[in-house]
Amino acid sequence: MIEAWRRAGRGNLVPILTVLLIIIGIWYLGAIRMNAQWERDQAARAGIELSLPELVSRTLSQDRPVLPAPHQVAEGLWQGVAGQAVTSRRSLVWHGWVTLSATLAGFAIGTAAGIVLAIGIVHSRAMDQSVMPWAVASQTVPILAIAPMVIVVLASIGVTGLLPKAIIAAWLSFFPVLVGMVKGLRTPDGMQLDQMRSWSAGGGRTFWHLRLPSSLPYLFASLKVAIAAALVGTIVGELPAGATAGLGARLLSGSYYGQTVQIWSALFAAAILAATLVAIVGLLERATLKRMGLAR
Amino acid sequence: MDASPLPRNAAIAPAAPVIEARGVSLTFQTADGPVHALKDVDLSIGRGEFVSFIGPSGCGKTTFLRSIAALETPTGGTLSVNGMEPDAARRARAYGYVFQAPGLYPWRTIAGNISLPLEIMGFSRAERAERIARVLDLVELSGFGAKFPWQLSGGMQQRASIARALAFDADILLMDEPFGALDEIVRDRLNEALLELWRKTGKTIGFVTHSIPEAVYLSTRIVVMSPRPGRITRVIESTLPAERPLDIRDTPEFIALAHEVREGLREGHAHD
Repeated sequence: MIEAWRRAGRGNLVPILTVLLIIIGIWYLGAIRMNAQWERDQAARAGIELSLPELVSRTLSQDRPVLPAPHQVAEGLWQGVAGQAVTSRRSLVWHGWVTLSATLAGFAIGTAAGIVLAIGIVHSRAMDQSVMPWAVASQTVPILAIAPMVIVVLASIGVTGLLPKAIIAAWLSFFPVLVGMVKGLRTPDGMQLDQMRSWSAGGGRTFWHLRLPSSLPYLFASLKVAIAAALVGTIVGELPAGATAGLGARLLSGSYYGQTVQIWSALFAAAILAATLVAIVGLLERATLKRMGLAR
Repeated sequence: MDASPLPRNAAIAPAAPVIEARGVSLTFQTADGPVHALKDVDLSIGRGEFVSFIGPSGCGKTTFLRSIAALETPTGGTLSVNGMEPDAARRARAYGYVFQAPGLYPWRTIAGNISLPLEIMGFSRAERAERIARVLDLVELSGFGAKFPWQLSGGMQQRASIARALAFDADILLMDEPFGALDEIVRDRLNEALLELWRKTGKTIGFVTHSIPEAVYLSTRIVVMSPRPGRITRVIESTLPAERPLDIRDTPEFIALAHEVREGLREGHAHD
């Protein structure tokens, strides 16, 4: 993926910008079309005729548009990030930090759980047969159904704040790590394992010197999926039970009060956060694998 | 490794068997019924011998080598290595094993790769450094210790893997088609270097190969095997002198030996 980005940086900027412009164009057309009805109704009520330029300009500057125009979202995003003190309840930086901290905590818990379970599965036949079906089952449960229960149950025993959200994030992020690590820890072939046996190396040494380093390309691929999943889990965890902080709460309060610009700004803030997190993992991946001679 | 600077070879070495196989059989149970990988193999290999195993695929030559290394367990007969069960011999570091692929870890330097078995076996840092330098010198890779495997050619990588197998002073070197993946020119050079190394160190070498010239050039004894069931059909004592320049392969003596090996291989096939 990083490789694709680098190539994009060299020669494919034109097609990427073209696609971006087309999307923005369609977005503007959509905004005009979806917001026009309300402007026409307003004009009819006031008994005035709207010319086309007037109609267009009004549809793109509503307070509560059905679909806000790109520049309105950009402005909302800018206002949320730079126009407020970062400690303000209206600051996207503050909400973003609340979400980010729970995301990172959940990502850490999920990654650790995934790695530990994978090690167990690779080394124990019993775990191999018993854990995987449960892990798969855990992912088929709709997270939207589970999240409120986790929040409520934990709140009833006095656990609130970051931890319940982190647990939901971990719930989503352990799975890709588990699957990737099981695959990665099993990549050493028969010859490599025989080589270890010829040195009378036990399971621990084989794991440490051979299986673990061999699994790193798979681990990093999984981590990129896992960190994005952790962010989704955190935002879902912020939706129920009247949470007041975090990008998820921002999304929810926006929809309560019909603040579409706020919803879209929070949405884009979440997307930018996810892209940044994935890019950071990607950079770590590239540096590590290059250093280890495993870069492909 | 033998510290003695005196060259040794099989001709003057005492004939105490290092590897002794009596009626060794190995049957794999597969979905299509039992496969007799080895049947009633008798062989004894003396200290300092260079024994090649040659035969078509499925003749059990690799299985036999792996049995010596305790990577396979025979289902019948007795097999002893240095007077021990193969498994005990492995724990006593009786052998170094060289596989067809170098199997060097890309995240370790050449020195780091040679160091790995030493780390696993618990050698001290100082002793590891000393041994790495010594075996790198032995395979003529001094100065390459800090390089990573991808910076070396295939032949150099395989030499590094031989150095790794030598690093912990096993008396026996087991080699499973170590040069099979290399081109002929590199192979010739490595064969010459291997003979030189064998003369210098006096190791007992078991060498699996597909190549008749390679087997004849290297060995003091050539064991010809044939498949279904895997067994020894002929054991040929080499009459070549210990000193073997590459052009010995054009002498009538060499050609006669190669012919004998070919005969042996054909004999094995006649049973099909």
